[in-house]
Amino acid sequence: MVKAMTDAAAEKPGTTTQVLTSDTQEGMTYLESIPRRIVTLWLPLGLIMLILLFPFYWMALTSVKPNAQLIDMETYNPFWVVEPTLDHIKKLLFGTQYPRWLWNTMYVATAATFLSIFASVLAAYAIARLKFRGSQVVGATIFMAYLVPPSILFIPLASVIHFYGLFDSPLALILVYPTILIPFSTWLLMGYFKTIPFELEECALIDGASRWQILTKIILPLAVPGLISAFIFSFTLCWNEFIYALTLTTSVQNKTVPVAIVSELVDGDVYRWGSLMAGALVGSLPLVVLYAFFVEHYVSAMTGAVKE
Amino acid sequence: MSTVEETAEVSRSREPSLWSRLKTNRNWLAIWFMLPAAIFLILFLAWPLILGVWLSFTDARLARPGEFVGFENYEWLWDDSIFWLSVFNTLLYTIVASAIKFAVGLYLALLLNRHMPFKAIIRSVVLIPFIVPTVLSAIAFWWIYDAQFSIISWSLRQMGLIQQNINFLGDGNWARASLIFANIWRGVPFVAITLLAGLQTVSPSLYEAATLDGASAWQRFRYVTYPLLTPIIAVVMTFSVLFTFTDFQLIWAMTRGGPVNATHLMATLSYQRGILSGRLGEGAAIATAMIPFLLAAIMISWFGLQRRKWQHGEGND
Repeated sequence: MVKAMTDAAAEKPGTTTQVLTSDTQEGMTYLESIPRRIVTLWLPLGLIMLILLFPFYWMALTSVKPNAQLIDMETYNPFWVVEPTLDHIKKLLFGTQYPRWLWNTMYVATAATFLSIFASVLAAYAIARLKFRGSQVVGATIFMAYLVPPSILFIPLASVIHFYGLFDSPLALILVYPTILIPFSTWLLMGYFKTIPFELEECALIDGASRWQILTKIILPLAVPGLISAFIFSFTLCWNEFIYALTLTTSVQNKTVPVAIVSELVDGDVYRWGSLMAGALVGSLPLVVLYAFFVEHYVSAMTGAVKE
Repeated sequence: MSTVEETAEVSRSREPSLWSRLKTNRNWLAIWFMLPAAIFLILFLAWPLILGVWLSFTDARLARPGEFVGFENYEWLWDDSIFWLSVFNTLLYTIVASAIKFAVGLYLALLLNRHMPFKAIIRSVVLIPFIVPTVLSAIAFWWIYDAQFSIISWSLRQMGLIQQNINFLGDGNWARASLIFANIWRGVPFVAITLLAGLQTVSPSLYEAATLDGASAWQRFRYVTYPLLTPIIAVVMTFSVLFTFTDFQLIWAMTRGGPVNATHLMATLSYQRGILSGRLGEGAAIATAMIPFLLAAIMISWFGLQRRKWQHGEGND
């Protein structure tokens, strides 16, 4: 099983080149008439895109809408805003601990990502290249670890973290998140490492390089695209993580953005929606910006991890 | 390559020291390389997993170790109608959401695989719901589903389809449907983009050949696309089912299991009992009860992969 899966991961660069060629090919589209294309392609595609993007439009719109317009849907058209305001965002940034939560999220995500990538690079290299006794079993175990969901782990983890004396500290999250990230990035990096010709490594070995030198001077520079994929995808997963952060942090100043928005910003106030939406918007923006710069890496990370 | 090492050692004609053996023997090296990952996974994954099963047989509370109580927690759950309601909800949520996610995701993937202008941009835009943190988009959905100011109710009222606002999250069945919709909304991009990657590996010449043979669009899908896509469908759907089954964030951000437990999934119930009420043992028992379902999902993935091997031929493993 492991071999079949890792081989498929090694095929990945091949498939991306095929993607490129099929993008530029016209295929059999000349057989279709324009009205038919509108009905079978553009109409359903437009509808799906509209539904997929509407919540973000709504989020952005609400965060700049004055309160009066939020609750009065009769005199103003709710789909638009007149006299947009920055009050909600100002209230969020200066009236709450939002900057602190944003900083926590960033800090935890960055630290956990670096730790995980470090551990994953070493593990992936060992499994893919050292071919030690039992490497296939270890590979399969890591894949299984990928399938263990946080929802069944958070209760024992809470008591484990209590036991280690890390409860309610960012350090707890930094140490726990790698359990989600390591299986994923190890798997992804194994696929990349396998595409690097073995001859390069043999040459270096004959020249007297140690395994460590081979890894840092030959393998890593050649695996940069894979590293970027693993890096940004791990960062996104950390930012998105909710259940561990909810269970393991309790004090207001230690929370991450997703947890703080749900537990701190939600109060009985009718007028909370503006700042809630502003909070959601500001919390999503860093990831969306990152995504905009690295779209292809995201796609290859996602499909690579699933295709095994 | 091993011969290179051997000859190097022979030429030194000296027993290698323990230190150099630790540095060069591949089994020892492998242990050093695996160590960081192993420490994380053992301390924070394997150990809690075992501890969770153990906790489910105790009456532990937060920060207090419990006594072994045998199957008491499970017997308690067996007679608990709220637990069975959460099992029903979880299965309903998983089956309905996964089926629709698959159908819409596959349809979207087929659409995106067609030749069109701005293909790359459209494809990147589709993935945005997957990138934005779930809780944050769930908050947006919460506002869209608001009892008083819902934009959906408003639009339907303007069109004259309804007289009263729909109480999306206040009524049991509406709440279930609303959450399932939000889950589908978030999951479709993932399914679509991964299936699209699979579709792009199917050679266009196969479609051309099938068309020349007189195959209709449906036959091209049924006899060319679908068989070639089966392995990746198996894997994608396993992940999709796994993540839907263990979903927590979406529910917690929008309804917290309410109204009157109507939307409690096993994960949210386990959080409520285990962490909020502090009965770790009972919460752990609910979480442990999820494991058989997860194993079933993994078995499906396994057989999906077996089938792939069979399709690629015996020697092509």
